[in-house]
Amino acid sequence: MSDTTDTTAPPATRRPDRGRRLLKVYLEKPELAGLVLLVALVAFFQLRSDGVFLSEANLRGILGILPEVGLVAVGVTILMIAGEFDLSVGSVFALMPMSVTLLLNEGVPFAGAMLLGLGVCACVGVVNGVVTMRFAIPSFITTLGMLFVARSLTVVISGGFPPLLPLDIPSWLFTQFVGPVRLSMLWFVGIAVLLGLMLTRTNLGNWIRATGGNLEAAKSMGIPVQRVKLFCFVLCSMLAGLAGTIQVFRLGSPLPSLGEGLELQAVAAAVIGGTALAGGIGTVLGGVIGAVLLRVIDNGLVLTRVDANWFKFAVGTLLILAVVSNAWLRKTARRLKVET
Amino acid sequence: MNAVTPTAAADALIACRGLHKWYSGVHALKGIDLDIRAGEVLGLVGDNGAGKSTLIKCLSGVETPDDGTIAVEGRTVRIGTPKRAMRLGIETIHQYNSMVPTMSIARNLFIGREPVRFGLGGVGLMDQRRMRREAVAALRDVDLHLRSADALVGELSGGQRQGVAIARAMHFRSRLLILDEPTNHLSVKETEKVLGFTRGLPAQGVTGIFISHNMHHVLETCDRVVAMARGEIVLDRRVADVGIDELHAVL
Repeated sequence: MSDTTDTTAPPATRRPDRGRRLLKVYLEKPELAGLVLLVALVAFFQLRSDGVFLSEANLRGILGILPEVGLVAVGVTILMIAGEFDLSVGSVFALMPMSVTLLLNEGVPFAGAMLLGLGVCACVGVVNGVVTMRFAIPSFITTLGMLFVARSLTVVISGGFPPLLPLDIPSWLFTQFVGPVRLSMLWFVGIAVLLGLMLTRTNLGNWIRATGGNLEAAKSMGIPVQRVKLFCFVLCSMLAGLAGTIQVFRLGSPLPSLGEGLELQAVAAAVIGGTALAGGIGTVLGGVIGAVLLRVIDNGLVLTRVDANWFKFAVGTLLILAVVSNAWLRKTARRLKVET
Repeated sequence: MNAVTPTAAADALIACRGLHKWYSGVHALKGIDLDIRAGEVLGLVGDNGAGKSTLIKCLSGVETPDDGTIAVEGRTVRIGTPKRAMRLGIETIHQYNSMVPTMSIARNLFIGREPVRFGLGGVGLMDQRRMRREAVAALRDVDLHLRSADALVGELSGGQRQGVAIARAMHFRSRLLILDEPTNHLSVKETEKVLGFTRGLPAQGVTGIFISHNMHHVLETCDRVVAMARGEIVLDRRVADVGIDELHAVL
């Protein structure tokens, strides 16, 4: 196969051919498998629930909470594409609404409180990024530490007693229903579309993918890889904080325990949506699909009267399947590289 | 420093003077004086750890020398970053793959230098149509005929990838092209192609530095050969005046 230099070598045997084609599909549309699974599951639950699953009332249930998980998943996905992890999103999910609520109760105007809250998240992201890169440690560990730090801060500033949101704030901006969805859904879709365009159409998106795809190459081509990663850390934290704040606007009071375990759900959503653990591969749409899948499984199990405790079992199985196929494709890729 | 004059030659594109580099106690470059003349292909040889790579890294902006100066066309410059090296017209084809396998050829060609519409603070929408068009032209210019610039680099063979790397360097009108062991892992036919391309650099107005472990390749392709050992230049000769045994002897 090595004697043709000018065209993509025609495969000599069938096996690598199939591997190559699968690999190509995966690289170009990493979210495809998740999408197929989603459609299949929706059809399955729709049949098993005698048509209740796709009724407006149930869609409200599924989609009402989706933006809150989805925003976190999108942030984690983009950060993973850049080659880093964030396990602190669940804690930041609680930290921002707690800060915002306390600020509002101190008489800070709504817009100011939101901006300051996002600023707090940005600071968390900066610390995550700077510590990870400055000391060259895995972000897995840095952000695991931040998971505890941010959670602890949330509990400390709450004073151990959940404060109430003031009633006169424009939280309807996020919670108002329009049709089967809340306004938060429009925020989510808008943000996801913008970030999707950023990733696929802008040079910044190119740099993010290159940084995660081949760090050495990105560096040698003059991409400011540290600033690119820092941007992704900050973006991820801010999205997690915003998501938590949206949830608190819906619930009315910020609990210090909000978002516990969310970091793992977000990583699961990203991976099920086709994001590679090693970076460089993934799409915003994939993260969204992963988040929808989690919601669909959660809701579908309840509707079909399966013991809801199977939820984590299902998510875990999916996650492992996704990672196994991921690893298989990587191995195929390496074998193809040797052959050509 | 035999055979190297202390003042830069009049036609030196790059002039290095007294370059030193230490890596945590290891003296990797011990006062390198080297002129790279415009329009020549310079072969750089030496065993592993002789300092070739360190010298190349200083020229391509990956490392900064601890002491000494680098002048481009007589003007002393501080290279410092890969970006600045590229802006000075110094392009490098690294021995490790400097491509992102999960991205298309067109995107790889323009990494870090994407043409942008409506940019703001250096970030903006990429002009993808232009990237695709120019990528196809750039590939054609180096005689590489691929079906489409949208194919992923991960699907290409080693030789094709090297071809894309060369196309990238040529597209941005480099004045000095550094090829750091470009024929590693290539088939015989692909290697011939890269060597032929390197020989043709001066005709395109490009100066070349060709690094290889293969003495035959160096003698076939270069005008001048510089050998390094233990961080110093131990030989600097016209290729016509040096034999392969002599090269092996000094290394």
